Amino acid sequence: MDFIDPHIHMAARTTDDFHRMARAGCAAVAEPAFWMGYDRSGTNSFYDYFRQLTEWEPKRAAPYGIRHHAWMGLNAKEADDVGFAREVIAVLPEFLDRPTVLGIGEIGLNKNTKGEVESLLMLIDLALSRGEVMLFHTPHLADKYPGTRMILDILRAEPRVEPARVCIDHCEEHTVRLALEEGYWAGITLYPTTKATPERAVDMVELYGPDRILVNSSADWGPSDPLAVPEFMAAMRRRGHAPEVIRQVVYDNPNAFCGQSRSWKVDVRG
Amino acid sequence: MPPDASEVLDQQWLTVRARLIEVAAALDRIDRAEGSAADDPRIRQIGESLTLLAHERGNRAEQLQMVFSLPYEPDWRERCGV
Repeated sequence: MDFIDPHIHMAARTTDDFHRMARAGCAAVAEPAFWMGYDRSGTNSFYDYFRQLTEWEPKRAAPYGIRHHAWMGLNAKEADDVGFAREVIAVLPEFLDRPTVLGIGEIGLNKNTKGEVESLLMLIDLALSRGEVMLFHTPHLADKYPGTRMILDILRAEPRVEPARVCIDHCEEHTVRLALEEGYWAGITLYPTTKATPERAVDMVELYGPDRILVNSSADWGPSDPLAVPEFMAAMRRRGHAPEVIRQVVYDNPNAFCGQSRSWKVDVRG
Repeated sequence: MPPDASEVLDQQWLTVRARLIEVAAALDRIDRAEGSAADDPRIRQIGESLTLLAHERGNRAEQLQMVFSLPYEPDWRERCGV
Protein backbone atom coordinates (compact mmCIF):
# COMPACT_ATOMS: atom_id res chain seq x y z
CA MET A 1 0.00 0.00 0.00
CA ASP A 2 1.33 3.44 -0.92
CA PHE A 3 1.70 6.13 1.71
CA ILE A 4 2.53 9.82 1.97
CA ASP A 5 4.71 11.17 4.76
CA PRO A 6 3.25 14.65 5.28
CA HIS A 7 6.00 15.82 7.66
CA ILE A 8 9.60 14.69 7.29
CA HIS A 9 12.94 16.53 7.31
CA MET A 10 14.79 14.86 4.47
CA ALA A 11 17.48 17.56 4.46
CA ALA A 12 18.68 15.89 7.66
CA ARG A 13 18.55 12.39 6.16
CA THR A 14 20.60 10.44 3.66
CA THR A 15 19.60 9.51 0.11
CA ASP A 16 19.52 5.88 1.27
CA ASP A 17 16.45 6.83 3.26
CA PHE A 18 14.68 7.92 0.06
CA HIS A 19 15.56 4.50 -1.37
CA ARG A 20 14.16 2.62 1.63
CA MET A 21 11.06 4.80 1.78
CA ALA A 22 10.37 4.24 -1.93
CA ARG A 23 10.67 0.49 -1.46
CA ALA A 24 8.18 0.72 1.42
CA GLY A 25 5.64 2.51 -0.81
CA CYS A 26 6.27 6.20 -0.23
CA ALA A 27 4.68 8.24 -3.02
CA ALA A 28 5.32 11.75 -1.73
CA VAL A 29 6.77 13.67 1.17
CA ALA A 30 6.21 17.17 2.54
CA GLU A 31 9.17 18.80 4.25
CA PRO A 32 8.54 21.75 6.58
CA ALA A 33 11.29 24.28 7.18
CA PHE A 34 12.57 23.71 10.73
CA TRP A 35 15.38 24.09 13.24
CA MET A 36 18.38 22.19 11.89
CA GLY A 37 19.86 21.46 15.32
CA TYR A 38 21.75 24.75 15.69
CA ASP A 39 20.78 28.42 15.54
CA ARG A 40 21.55 30.07 12.20
CA SER A 41 23.91 33.03 12.29
CA GLY A 42 22.00 35.17 9.82
CA THR A 43 19.20 35.51 7.30
CA ASN A 44 21.43 34.23 4.49
CA SER A 45 21.65 30.86 6.22
CA PHE A 46 17.86 30.62 6.03
CA TYR A 47 17.94 31.75 2.42
CA ASP A 48 20.27 28.90 1.50
CA TYR A 49 18.22 26.41 3.53
CA PHE A 50 15.04 27.47 1.70
CA ARG A 51 16.92 27.00 -1.59
CA GLN A 52 17.94 23.53 -0.46
CA LEU A 53 14.32 22.61 0.29
CA THR A 54 12.95 23.97 -2.99
CA GLU A 55 15.77 23.23 -5.46
CA TRP A 56 17.91 20.34 -4.28
CA GLU A 57 15.59 18.08 -2.28
CA PRO A 58 12.99 17.60 -5.07
CA LYS A 59 15.83 16.54 -7.37
CA ARG A 60 17.23 14.13 -4.78
CA ALA A 61 13.80 12.49 -4.29
CA ALA A 62 12.81 12.25 -7.98
CA PRO A 63 14.97 9.24 -8.99
CA TYR A 64 13.11 7.20 -6.36
CA GLY A 65 9.67 8.13 -7.69
CA ILE A 66 8.95 10.26 -4.62
CA ARG A 67 7.40 13.69 -5.05
CA HIS A 68 9.06 16.18 -2.72
CA HIS A 69 7.19 19.24 -1.47
CA ALA A 70 8.18 21.82 1.10
CA TRP A 71 6.60 24.18 3.60
CA MET A 72 8.25 27.56 4.06
CA GLY A 73 8.41 29.24 7.43
CA LEU A 74 10.44 30.30 10.41
CA ASN A 75 10.56 27.66 13.11
CA ALA A 76 9.47 28.61 16.61
CA LYS A 77 12.85 27.90 18.21
CA GLU A 78 14.54 30.62 16.14
CA ALA A 79 11.57 33.01 16.24
CA ASP A 80 12.07 34.40 19.74
CA ASP A 81 14.23 37.27 18.41
CA VAL A 82 11.49 39.31 16.75
CA GLY A 83 13.85 41.58 14.80
CA PHE A 84 15.65 38.60 13.32
CA ALA A 85 12.32 36.91 12.62
CA ARG A 86 11.18 39.98 10.68
CA GLU A 87 14.24 39.71 8.42
CA VAL A 88 13.64 36.01 7.72
CA ILE A 89 9.92 36.53 7.12
CA ALA A 90 10.78 39.18 4.53
CA VAL A 91 12.44 36.57 2.28
CA LEU A 92 9.60 34.04 2.53
CA PRO A 93 7.34 35.38 -0.27
CA GLU A 94 10.03 34.67 -2.88
CA PHE A 95 10.02 31.01 -1.85
CA LEU A 96 6.26 30.69 -1.32
CA ASP A 97 5.88 31.30 -5.06
CA ARG A 98 8.08 28.34 -5.96
CA PRO A 99 6.37 25.39 -7.68
CA THR A 100 6.81 22.71 -4.99
CA VAL A 101 5.92 24.85 -1.95
CA LEU A 102 2.67 23.96 -0.19
CA GLY A 103 2.26 26.89 2.18
CA ILE A 104 3.55 28.26 5.47
CA GLY A 105 5.06 25.84 7.99
CA GLU A 106 6.16 24.66 10.30
CA ILE A 107 5.36 27.66 12.44
CA GLY A 108 4.18 27.76 16.02
CA LEU A 109 5.55 27.97 19.53
CA ASN A 110 8.47 26.37 21.35
CA LYS A 111 8.74 27.76 24.91
CA ASN A 112 5.58 29.89 24.57
CA THR A 113 7.43 33.21 24.94
CA LYS A 114 6.34 36.74 24.11
CA GLY A 115 8.85 36.91 21.21
CA GLU A 116 7.65 33.64 19.73
CA VAL A 117 4.04 34.85 19.88
CA GLU A 118 4.90 38.15 18.16
CA SER A 119 6.76 36.35 15.37
CA LEU A 120 3.96 33.82 15.01
CA LEU A 121 1.39 36.59 14.57
CA MET A 122 3.49 38.01 11.71
CA LEU A 123 3.76 34.60 10.05
CA ILE A 124 0.04 33.93 10.35
CA ASP A 125 -0.71 37.35 8.88
CA LEU A 126 1.60 36.63 5.94
CA ALA A 127 -0.11 33.27 5.38
CA LEU A 128 -3.61 34.71 5.51
CA SER A 129 -2.79 37.70 3.32
CA ARG A 130 -1.63 35.25 0.62
CA GLY A 131 -4.29 32.57 1.18
CA GLU A 132 -1.72 29.95 2.16
CA VAL A 133 -2.38 26.59 3.82
CA MET A 134 -0.71 26.49 7.27
CA LEU A 135 1.17 23.81 9.21
CA PHE A 136 1.63 24.39 12.95
CA HIS A 137 4.35 22.96 15.15
CA THR A 138 3.20 22.50 18.74
CA PRO A 139 5.77 22.62 21.56
CA HIS A 140 7.62 19.70 23.10
CA LEU A 141 6.88 17.83 26.32
CA ALA A 142 5.65 19.97 29.25
CA ASP A 143 5.14 23.04 27.03
CA LYS A 144 2.90 21.24 24.54
CA TYR A 145 -0.43 21.57 26.33
CA PRO A 146 -0.30 25.32 27.14
CA GLY A 147 1.37 26.07 23.79
CA THR A 148 -1.23 24.19 21.78
CA ARG A 149 -4.01 26.02 23.59
CA MET A 150 -2.29 29.36 22.94
CA ILE A 151 -2.04 28.57 19.20
CA LEU A 152 -5.72 27.61 19.14
CA ASP A 153 -6.60 30.84 20.99
CA ILE A 154 -4.69 32.85 18.37
CA LEU A 155 -6.37 31.07 15.45
CA ARG A 156 -9.84 31.34 17.01
CA ALA A 157 -9.44 35.11 17.29
CA GLU A 158 -8.54 35.46 13.61
CA PRO A 159 -11.70 35.50 11.46
CA ARG A 160 -9.78 34.88 8.21
CA VAL A 161 -8.65 31.42 9.36
CA GLU A 162 -10.31 28.45 7.65
CA PRO A 163 -9.74 25.49 10.01
CA ALA A 164 -9.85 22.96 7.15
CA ARG A 165 -6.74 24.64 5.70
CA VAL A 166 -4.77 24.32 8.94
CA CYS A 167 -2.95 21.36 10.48
CA ILE A 168 -2.07 21.35 14.18
CA ASP A 169 0.87 18.98 14.26
CA HIS A 170 2.63 16.85 16.88
CA CYS A 171 -0.67 16.20 18.67
CA GLU A 172 -0.72 13.69 21.51
CA GLU A 173 -3.40 12.24 23.76
CA HIS A 174 -3.98 15.52 25.62
CA THR A 175 -4.12 17.79 22.54
CA VAL A 176 -5.53 15.79 19.64
CA ARG A 177 -9.15 16.30 20.70
CA LEU A 178 -8.61 20.07 21.06
CA ALA A 179 -7.47 20.33 17.43
CA LEU A 180 -10.14 18.07 15.97
CA GLU A 181 -13.02 19.66 17.88
CA GLU A 182 -12.25 23.05 16.36
CA GLY A 183 -12.22 21.64 12.84
CA TYR A 184 -8.45 21.50 12.24
CA TRP A 185 -6.45 18.64 10.86
CA ALA A 186 -4.51 16.90 13.63
CA GLY A 187 -1.00 15.64 12.91
CA ILE A 188 0.42 12.79 15.00
CA THR A 189 4.19 12.39 14.98
CA LEU A 190 5.73 8.96 15.51
CA TYR A 191 8.92 9.17 17.57
CA PRO A 192 10.59 6.41 19.55
CA THR A 193 10.79 8.34 22.85
CA THR A 194 9.03 11.68 22.68
CA LYS A 195 5.67 12.34 20.95
CA ALA A 196 3.68 9.17 19.98
CA THR A 197 4.47 5.54 19.20
CA PRO A 198 2.67 3.73 16.36
CA GLU A 199 0.50 1.86 18.87
CA ARG A 200 -0.56 5.10 20.60
CA ALA A 201 -1.30 6.68 17.24
CA VAL A 202 -3.60 3.74 16.45
CA ASP A 203 -5.27 4.29 19.84
CA MET A 204 -6.00 7.90 18.86
CA VAL A 205 -7.41 6.85 15.47
CA GLU A 206 -9.65 4.34 17.26
CA LEU A 207 -10.81 6.93 19.82
CA TYR A 208 -11.45 9.83 17.43
CA GLY A 209 -11.92 8.14 14.05
CA PRO A 210 -9.73 8.43 10.95
CA ASP A 211 -11.12 11.74 9.64
CA ARG A 212 -8.73 14.71 9.58
CA ILE A 213 -5.88 12.75 11.19
CA LEU A 214 -2.42 12.82 9.58
CA VAL A 215 0.35 10.49 10.72
CA ASN A 216 3.97 11.46 10.08
CA SER A 217 7.51 10.44 10.94
CA SER A 218 8.93 13.96 11.30
CA ALA A 219 12.21 12.08 10.81
CA ASP A 220 15.14 14.46 11.25
CA TRP A 221 18.67 14.57 12.71
CA GLY A 222 17.54 13.16 16.08
CA PRO A 223 16.19 9.76 17.14
CA SER A 224 13.48 9.17 14.54
CA ASP A 225 12.52 6.70 11.82
CA PRO A 226 11.78 7.60 8.17
CA LEU A 227 9.81 4.33 7.99
CA ALA A 228 7.61 5.20 10.96
CA VAL A 229 4.49 5.57 8.81
CA PRO A 230 4.82 1.96 7.52
CA GLU A 231 5.27 0.92 11.18
CA PHE A 232 1.97 2.64 11.94
CA MET A 233 0.36 0.84 8.97
CA ALA A 234 1.62 -2.49 10.34
CA ALA A 235 0.21 -1.66 13.78
CA MET A 236 -3.16 -0.80 12.20
CA ARG A 237 -3.15 -4.15 10.37
CA ARG A 238 -2.22 -6.06 13.55
CA ARG A 239 -5.19 -4.49 15.28
CA GLY A 240 -7.58 -5.57 12.54
CA HIS A 241 -8.24 -2.31 10.73
CA ALA A 242 -9.52 -2.56 7.18
CA PRO A 243 -7.15 -1.62 4.34
CA GLU A 244 -9.41 1.26 3.31
CA VAL A 245 -9.19 2.80 6.79
CA ILE A 246 -5.40 2.48 6.80
CA ARG A 247 -5.23 3.97 3.33
CA GLN A 248 -7.44 6.87 4.41
CA VAL A 249 -5.04 7.83 7.21
CA VAL A 250 -1.74 7.36 5.38
CA TYR A 251 -2.68 8.40 1.85
CA ASP A 252 -6.13 9.91 1.33
CA ASN A 253 -5.93 12.28 4.31
CA PRO A 254 -2.51 13.79 3.51
CA ASN A 255 -3.52 13.92 -0.15
CA ALA A 256 -6.67 15.86 0.79
CA PHE A 257 -4.95 18.23 3.20
CA CYS A 258 -1.93 18.99 1.03
CA GLY A 259 -4.16 18.98 -2.06
CA GLN A 260 -5.61 22.27 -0.89
CA SER A 261 -2.33 23.82 -1.96
CA ARG A 262 -2.00 24.86 -5.59
CA SER A 263 1.42 23.19 -5.72
CA TRP A 264 0.55 19.67 -4.56
CA LYS A 265 1.18 16.86 -7.02
CA VAL A 266 1.22 13.15 -6.34
CA ASP A 267 1.50 10.40 -8.93
CA VAL A 268 -1.40 7.96 -8.75
CA ARG A 269 0.07 4.46 -8.77
CA GLY A 270 -1.39 1.00 -8.99
CA MET B 1 -16.63 -5.19 16.90
CA PRO B 2 -14.03 -4.27 19.57
CA PRO B 3 -11.55 -7.06 20.40
CA ASP B 4 -11.93 -9.23 23.47
CA ALA B 5 -10.25 -7.78 26.59
CA SER B 6 -8.44 -11.03 27.39
CA GLU B 7 -7.01 -11.17 23.89
CA VAL B 8 -5.75 -7.60 24.16
CA LEU B 9 -4.22 -8.41 27.55
CA ASP B 10 -2.51 -11.46 26.05
CA GLN B 11 -1.03 -9.25 23.33
CA GLN B 12 0.07 -6.49 25.68
CA TRP B 13 1.13 -8.48 28.74
CA LEU B 14 4.85 -8.89 28.06
CA THR B 15 5.24 -5.30 26.85
CA VAL B 16 3.49 -3.84 29.90
CA ARG B 17 5.39 -6.15 32.26
CA ALA B 18 8.73 -5.23 30.69
CA ARG B 19 8.03 -1.49 30.81
CA LEU B 20 6.92 -1.57 34.44
CA ILE B 21 10.10 -3.44 35.39
CA GLU B 22 12.12 -0.83 33.44
CA VAL B 23 10.45 1.89 35.52
CA ALA B 24 11.17 0.02 38.75
CA ALA B 25 14.80 -0.54 37.78
CA ALA B 26 15.24 3.13 36.82
CA LEU B 27 13.83 4.23 40.18
CA ASP B 28 16.18 1.78 41.96
CA ARG B 29 19.10 3.21 39.96
CA ILE B 30 18.19 6.71 41.12
CA ASP B 31 18.03 5.46 44.73
CA ARG B 32 21.44 3.80 44.48
CA ALA B 33 23.08 6.89 43.03
CA GLU B 34 25.02 9.42 45.13
CA GLY B 35 22.88 12.00 46.93
CA SER B 36 19.10 12.27 46.73
CA ALA B 37 16.61 13.31 44.08
CA ALA B 38 13.66 12.99 46.46
CA ASP B 39 12.86 16.71 46.31
CA ASP B 40 13.04 16.89 42.51
CA PRO B 41 9.56 17.74 41.14
CA ARG B 42 10.03 15.04 38.48
CA ILE B 43 10.04 12.41 41.23
CA ARG B 44 6.71 13.78 42.41
CA GLN B 45 5.40 13.54 38.84
CA ILE B 46 6.50 9.91 38.63
CA GLY B 47 4.74 9.14 41.91
CA GLU B 48 1.59 10.91 40.76
CA SER B 49 1.67 8.91 37.52
CA LEU B 50 1.94 5.59 39.32
CA THR B 51 -0.96 6.48 41.61
CA LEU B 52 -3.00 7.42 38.57
CA LEU B 53 -2.18 4.13 36.84
CA ALA B 54 -3.18 2.18 39.92
CA HIS B 55 -6.49 3.89 40.53
CA GLU B 56 -7.89 5.49 37.39
CA ARG B 57 -9.75 3.85 34.54
CA GLY B 58 -10.42 5.05 31.02
CA ASN B 59 -8.27 7.78 29.53
CA ARG B 60 -5.11 7.12 31.54
CA ALA B 61 -2.77 8.16 28.71
CA GLU B 62 -4.40 11.60 28.45
CA GLN B 63 -4.37 12.02 32.24
CA LEU B 64 -0.71 11.02 32.42
CA GLN B 65 0.11 13.58 29.74
CA MET B 66 -1.49 16.23 31.93
CA VAL B 67 0.64 15.18 34.93
CA PHE B 68 3.71 15.92 32.80
CA SER B 69 2.33 19.19 31.36
CA LEU B 70 2.67 22.78 32.42
CA PRO B 71 -0.70 24.41 33.06
CA TYR B 72 -2.50 26.56 30.49
CA GLU B 73 -2.69 30.21 31.60
CA PRO B 74 -5.93 31.77 30.33
CA ASP B 75 -4.36 35.24 30.71
CA TRP B 76 -1.28 34.44 28.60
CA ARG B 77 -2.05 37.41 26.32
CA GLU B 78 -1.32 39.81 29.20
CA ARG B 79 2.01 38.09 29.88
CA CYS B 80 2.91 38.33 26.18
CA GLY B 81 1.52 41.83 25.73
CA VAL B 82 -0.55 40.93 22.68
